[in-house]
Amino acid sequence: MRPSLARVIEGYEQAATGAEERLAAAADLDAVSGIERELLGRRSLFADAKRRLADLEPGERAAAGRRLNGARARVEAAAAAARERLAAADRDDRHAAERLDLTERLPHTVPLSRGRLHPVTQARDRLEDVFVGMGYTVAEGPEVETAWYNFEALNIPDWHPARGSFDTIFVDLGEPEEVMLRSHTSPVQIRVMEKRKPPVYIVAPGRTFRTDTADATHLPAFNQIEGLAVDRNITMGDLAGTIDEFVRAFFGREVKSRLRPSYFPFTEPSAEFDISRPDGSWLELGGCGMVHPNVLSNCGIDPEEWQGFAFGFGIDRLAVMRHEIDDIREFVNSDTRFLSQF
Amino acid sequence: MKALLSWLREFAPGIDGDPAELGDVLSALGLTVEETTVTGSVPDGVVLGRVLELRPHPDADRIQLVEVDDGSGKTLQVCCGAFNMAVGDLVPLARVGTVLPGGLEIARRKMRGQASEGMCCSEIELEMGDDADGIMILNDRVAAGAGPGTPLADALGLAPDVLWDLDVGANRPDALSVMGVARDLAAGLGVAFEPPDWSTAASGPDIAESVNVEIVDPTLCGRFVGRVLRNAPQGSSPPWMANRLAALGQRPINLIVDISNYVMLELGQPSHTFDLGRVAGARIRVRRARDGETITTLDGVHRRLAAGDGVIADGDDEAIGIAGVMGGASTEIDAGTTDVLVEMAWWDPPSISRTAKRLNLSSEAATRFRRGADWGYNMERCMNRFVQLAAAEGAEVAPGTIDERGDLPDRRPLRVRAARVNSLLGTGLGATEMAGHLRSIGFGADPAGDAELEVTIPSWRWDTETETDIAEEVARLHGYESIERTVPTANEAGGLSAYQKDRRLVRDVLVGAGCYETQPMPFVAPGSLAAVGLPEDGVTLSNPVDDSESVLRTSLLPGQVRAVAYNQRHFNGDVRLFEIGHVYLPAPEGQLLPDEREFLAVALAGEEAPAAVAVLDLLTDALALPAVELRAAGLPGMHPTRAAEVVVAGRSRGAVGEVDPEVLEASGVSGRVAWLQLDLQEVLDGPRTRRRYRPVSKYPPSDVDLAFVVSESVAAAQVERALRASAGSLLASIQLFDTYRGAGVPDGSRSLAYRLRFQAQDRTLTDAEVAETRQRCIDETSRRTGAVLRS
Repeated sequence: MRPSLARVIEGYEQAATGAEERLAAAADLDAVSGIERELLGRRSLFADAKRRLADLEPGERAAAGRRLNGARARVEAAAAAARERLAAADRDDRHAAERLDLTERLPHTVPLSRGRLHPVTQARDRLEDVFVGMGYTVAEGPEVETAWYNFEALNIPDWHPARGSFDTIFVDLGEPEEVMLRSHTSPVQIRVMEKRKPPVYIVAPGRTFRTDTADATHLPAFNQIEGLAVDRNITMGDLAGTIDEFVRAFFGREVKSRLRPSYFPFTEPSAEFDISRPDGSWLELGGCGMVHPNVLSNCGIDPEEWQGFAFGFGIDRLAVMRHEIDDIREFVNSDTRFLSQF
Repeated sequence: MKALLSWLREFAPGIDGDPAELGDVLSALGLTVEETTVTGSVPDGVVLGRVLELRPHPDADRIQLVEVDDGSGKTLQVCCGAFNMAVGDLVPLARVGTVLPGGLEIARRKMRGQASEGMCCSEIELEMGDDADGIMILNDRVAAGAGPGTPLADALGLAPDVLWDLDVGANRPDALSVMGVARDLAAGLGVAFEPPDWSTAASGPDIAESVNVEIVDPTLCGRFVGRVLRNAPQGSSPPWMANRLAALGQRPINLIVDISNYVMLELGQPSHTFDLGRVAGARIRVRRARDGETITTLDGVHRRLAAGDGVIADGDDEAIGIAGVMGGASTEIDAGTTDVLVEMAWWDPPSISRTAKRLNLSSEAATRFRRGADWGYNMERCMNRFVQLAAAEGAEVAPGTIDERGDLPDRRPLRVRAARVNSLLGTGLGATEMAGHLRSIGFGADPAGDAELEVTIPSWRWDTETETDIAEEVARLHGYESIERTVPTANEAGGLSAYQKDRRLVRDVLVGAGCYETQPMPFVAPGSLAAVGLPEDGVTLSNPVDDSESVLRTSLLPGQVRAVAYNQRHFNGDVRLFEIGHVYLPAPEGQLLPDEREFLAVALAGEEAPAAVAVLDLLTDALALPAVELRAAGLPGMHPTRAAEVVVAGRSRGAVGEVDPEVLEASGVSGRVAWLQLDLQEVLDGPRTRRRYRPVSKYPPSDVDLAFVVSESVAAAQVERALRASAGSLLASIQLFDTYRGAGVPDGSRSLAYRLRFQAQDRTLTDAEVAETRQRCIDETSRRTGAVLRS
């Protein structure tokens, strides 16, 4: 005599509970697969019960089907858990087998080949060395800045038409447009002058950011160097002379410099500076000027007592010029075929 | 800003000379020449031709035969590769013998057997534009009386001219006009600057009876000047005006709009025109917007205003324009317009700047208002110019001028100390010389004794207000290159900080260890911190350049793993990389900026953890770091059983070991990657071992090798510590030289073999002393670590 469907379903539910326990204890994947076949496979108790559901009245069929499927889902979940447990155990075994005591320090030979400094680092070091030779120290500051340091203290209020030209990348901190990736190295001027009273002779190299899409001549992250000299009697003649000295020390004795009027909110008078090329033409290198009295006042320095100059330019471009690099994306690709050339 | 030589000469006829030299003068004044173009030059031999007949070429599909009347009385046959002409069209015809700008000389020739006696030209062939697609069709563009045979230059009213594209700083609103450029250039050349003035007869009823303007907010609008044109003509502007607008990059639109643009480019004053019939009550109120007030602007966009924006409202107080930024659609001039109200105003620059930025609306007008337009006499000159140009095209000018005032900039005469100017510039100029420079560009400047000047700043120089600004003007006119170059004498020694020197040392050590320095960008994609097992708590960017680079890294790991993968994909083999760069950790409570630190990372592809430890040992030695300990630990992103925390002088400073194989697999890296990351800032700023001299012993050492079987649960470092402690002062060095696991050593243990070197400063050690020390080492180490001497 065939058992009633209710008995079959009850039986399956009991078998499922048993299977859950067996799966929890299963020692390997074969065991898990066996239990799955037995409970869920084509010739399993489940398949058998499901076939017999067809004999029921529609109303009873739905309730019976739900019970059956519930039990099946329990088995499936237990099997998945068992597989995960076994995989983790397998991973743990592998990790245990691989375990190293890092304090076992056997003599280690380092490969006999030199690595290389990044070409931008090389350019930055050479720049630092030239300015150190001229009596400057090297200052650094954070790359994430507030609007005060990046703009306001530099005499660029929120409505200033020059603000837009910085193409600033803002950061989701504080009020909208209150925190940003610094768009120039000039904030370091402010940070230095807030802490230190003149005389100040510093250069500040570092990473800067703008919303430039990466292409052969642009990167959203690039490097600048900033110079600042504040003392009692610094003049624009000193600025021109300093740039001249630097240009000759860095590019060669035969290279000349010139200043042209320009505009920056944080310097007054402002200038662009160019360097001479062998063919007699001029190449624009950077911006400079006499530190704006508002900038000094913003740092608590009396502009009647102290005055100074500031200048800034890109470092990456110097590396590009020196090595004739035609795609600056190589600077950030970390490709050793590129890095090994310098 | 673009400027045409011929236009500049209308303000200063003395401007003359070689275009390149004039360009140098402009650049030296701070109006930097970006590009110089010679325009309006047409080669000799190019004349108007009329198309009489078009026939297919019997033997070629891509050429047709054109019969052209060149005015000589006979008809020329020209072979032509373009098909955009129709019979009757006027076209440029280059006669035989003409040399085109590209150097091609037109010769009589045969094309597939058909004679061609000249050439019909496109814009690009004559360098008159960029259109290369077809022959220029000139039917509507030629001057009255021109016909076949008229030289093209005469037909189009063209004369050779020089066009400069100038880069003008934000402090020079005045130089965004032909007049302003001419003023500077005339001063630079030392020639007279004589701006013309214009006047036009008016007729009909005075506008005072019908138009009413009220400045409700005087802080928004400093001045509002208005005039009315009656029966304003429609249609296009005359060719001379269209040519000039086109040369300066403005597309001609219709007469009134073109006049507005022409006056703005020529004199610097933007204007706005209203269809007066559509201004309710013929009444204008200038006020700040109500928050949420709306307007449909000329570009058809429905815009929501915010409190603080400036608006022009009508008699019903409805906004009909956004002050200084863009007009409204409701009062736009169209074919039905008869009376036009012309507005010229001075707007508060910060107000215009904020509104333009908030609405992301930039216009030529807003650019000028943001930088500060001219509020003085020039506004009347500009209005006169506007009505004069309109009257010349048939408009009737109504008598009466509206001139309402709000708050204008306060420009009292400024005392300027000559000594201060000289001290800033490094010059020795007299007050009279300075005054001469300033007067040449329209400043008032009276020497008050030898030492001071009383300077009146002109109304077109809104950005100029202080003594330092005056110093810049003096420097500009004196010439930056005329300032004597000196070098300041710093009374301080330059140098790198200890940190900066050590950072260079770190880099040199790593280069010596075969590592390449990398500088990946510090951005990572959302999720890529989690992908290397780190919390996803990086600071996000509001406007990233690329959505896949929108998070600031909190670790150098993602970038270095990516670099290793990049090199593997490009078959560069097992690379050794390092990076020194900033990471941006979440801001501590109460701090706005992230906790930004300089980290060091070393990634050795294809190497196991001990290679990274060896690099750490090199750095420990080079930097004389005290008490560096490795504490085995599960660390984010790192191999679960091949990683250790790096502890320097009791403080956790980083991690060493291998990158988690699952992270590598997910990143497409095959093989192992040995890894070291240190908080470089903390390490370099932390304590160092003082390198104190110890005399070198003159006595021979005795080496003792000891191998222990040690449980895997005991770190080799513990064994070494025990050996050091028990060996005492006779120990000169200790080195692990072999490890062994396998037959002869129980499971769960390994053999560690050490070479201990004993040496005394004052004597040769006796065998007995060495034996005793050896035994003490064995006993102590066994007692402390459970190690068993391997026999």
